[in-house]
Amino acid sequence: MSSLKISGGRLAGNNTETTMLIRDGQIAALGDAAVNAPADYDFDATGCTLAPGFVDLCCNLREPGNGQKGNIASESLAAAHGGFTTLCASPDTSPVNDSGAVTNLILDVAAKRSGVRVLPVGAITRGLEGELLSDMAGLAAAGCIAMSNGARPVKNARVLRRCMAYAQTFGLTVMFSPENQALAADGYAHDGLVASRLGLLGIPEVAETAAVMEMLLLAEETGVRLHLGQLSCARSVEMLADARRRGIAVTADVAMHQLMFTEDALAGFDSRYHVRPPLRSEKDRQALLAGVREGVIDAVTSQHQPHDSAAKQAPMAATEPGLSTIESTLSMGLLLVKRGELEAAGLIRALTTGPASVIGRSAELREGAVADLCVFDPEASWTPGRANLCSAGRHVPLPGKDLPGVVRLTLCNGQQAWPSLSA
Amino acid sequence: MTVNDPSSTSLQLTDDGQLRHFLTLDGLNRALLTEILDTADSFIEVGERSIKKVPLLRGRTVVNLFFESSTRTRSTFELAAKRLSADVLNLDINTSATSKGESLSDTLLNLEAMASDMFVVRHSQSGAPHFIAESVTPGVAIINAGDGRHAHPTQAMLDMLTIRQHKGGFEGLKVAIVGDVLHSRVARSQIRALNELGAAEVRVIAPATLLPRDVESLGCTVEYDMARGMKDLDVVIMLRLQKERMEGALLPSEREFYRLYGLSQEKLALADPGCIVMHPGPINRGVEIESAVADGPQSVILNQVTNGIAIRMAVMSMAMGGQMADRNRKLAGRAQA
Repeated sequence: MSSLKISGGRLAGNNTETTMLIRDGQIAALGDAAVNAPADYDFDATGCTLAPGFVDLCCNLREPGNGQKGNIASESLAAAHGGFTTLCASPDTSPVNDSGAVTNLILDVAAKRSGVRVLPVGAITRGLEGELLSDMAGLAAAGCIAMSNGARPVKNARVLRRCMAYAQTFGLTVMFSPENQALAADGYAHDGLVASRLGLLGIPEVAETAAVMEMLLLAEETGVRLHLGQLSCARSVEMLADARRRGIAVTADVAMHQLMFTEDALAGFDSRYHVRPPLRSEKDRQALLAGVREGVIDAVTSQHQPHDSAAKQAPMAATEPGLSTIESTLSMGLLLVKRGELEAAGLIRALTTGPASVIGRSAELREGAVADLCVFDPEASWTPGRANLCSAGRHVPLPGKDLPGVVRLTLCNGQQAWPSLSA
Repeated sequence: MTVNDPSSTSLQLTDDGQLRHFLTLDGLNRALLTEILDTADSFIEVGERSIKKVPLLRGRTVVNLFFESSTRTRSTFELAAKRLSADVLNLDINTSATSKGESLSDTLLNLEAMASDMFVVRHSQSGAPHFIAESVTPGVAIINAGDGRHAHPTQAMLDMLTIRQHKGGFEGLKVAIVGDVLHSRVARSQIRALNELGAAEVRVIAPATLLPRDVESLGCTVEYDMARGMKDLDVVIMLRLQKERMEGALLPSEREFYRLYGLSQEKLALADPGCIVMHPGPINRGVEIESAVADGPQSVILNQVTNGIAIRMAVMSMAMGGQMADRNRKLAGRAQA
């Protein structure tokens, strides 16, 4: 196998310049030991940051079944373009990933078409209907790394409690996006100032916080390892911190766009920013940022949801929620760093070691580690547009805006995932 | 972060501030609202002639695009367009294309092929007229005839015309809006218009289940007790209560609602003696208003219907004028280049 030497870049976190030698899919040498080592290829990373490949806990690849919105090949290339090397693939596919056969299909396609690592998340209830348990042990054996109900609700607290107890039996991690269905009802926007003015149907904060409270209590009782995905409310962060202090095994993430935008993004009925959970108030955004800075929130996800154009071509109530984010997640994070709302080290942690530890993996740049890494130029900028986006979804945040952070190289298992070798 | 959003203001106003669509009262200033009222005043006289026509929209095609049924709003829009000499096509989409699975965008493409000049749109989803205004070809004006819970700007403006006729102006006025504000596009537009036109106070009177979140931010005060809320009022606007509200657990019963929030002669007596009573209709007698009040001397409910035609003539002619100005500017720009 050939070797690659990356020189001139600075390590994310401690910002020291280093040289890295990659051989046989591993980081063979780091620092002085790498400087004089012979290599088949050289990569000049001057001015760039070297970070572990990003780990995404919530990503929709749309395959199988939703080819008009994207597929494993297109979305994994988009991920590599965004610096991600590990993707936890949401079970909301068609058919739903509630059987080993679907898991195998995803893994087979990923092995052939994806340059990055795809880790399927299994459906915790059959068909994601929220009523009957899925074959969790079988799903785990087929390669699912956690169980989730995707973006769909679990029917009631009794089913939720049994899901958790059963998953706990096999030591599985459960991931839930907390939302109380009865309280969210037909809403599609944060129940606040903007929804009141525009006459949008609101999803109140308590739709999330009541669900968080219920899930924390059930996790405490069942002892399951609980991961709360895509938080949106200040109160949720408080409850999470409190639960941690009481020793409950709970982790959490937030989508990058929740750190970036508020309900104000919906002004003018801009259905691009129709996402779920909805973009909330500035107070919520500040609390979520603080949660990431202080490590109460372990990870920042892309919550990538590519759509075909018809999904957003309608009055807001009739549009589908979700943004195509994975190619601009890093850029949004760097914007927050530039504004002083997040520290560079905190951002990298929330994209790498934070999410990796949630799923029991590591994400470090050290000798002997798997060569999953991302080399990006934080000072260079790019403008998301048709010409440079790889995702099939075109509903990106901040379209046409100049964004900081260009990914120069993404390696997964030492193999080049970005720039694409097939293109 | 300021998001690149097609804000209502740049969407519905031309570069020099003329109306080109009429989607919401948000972003329209007092001068423009007054211009609409003044223009409507001049059209009232047309309705009193034996030949009730002016040629402002002659040769133009106006399509009434109603995705939600309505009798009065649609017929007053139709009359308004006909008095402006336009050709009018009424389409009830409720029962046609969308029920066959055609998307709103596709329906619009087909209608545009008919070379219409103006769409009057009513839709059950908030923001639908915005969406249509963003998707139609330039030159076609969109008039909002009520969208979801968002706005009903022609209704609010005809109410303002009625208030101005009876009160002479808006300075110092105390106005209350009573009832189901949560689901009301009319209330949202009225609160906005009253604030912009300089009313002293806008109160909303309703139980908490019928008020939107942070309703004060719209520019009003909240009063749960109707007796207190009626004090010193110059104008009281009653909102229609839909029967479904009982099923949604928002209210216990019509009887309790009427007792607490219905406008009876007794409650009306608590307001200023010159207080006028308004209702966007259709009224539910004995649910939100007592018959004796609806038909009484302080009621101006029927004036509101007459004014509806004049206001709709005003905004249709103004929006068409804005579209023409846009087009002329573009042609002039092209000639220069």
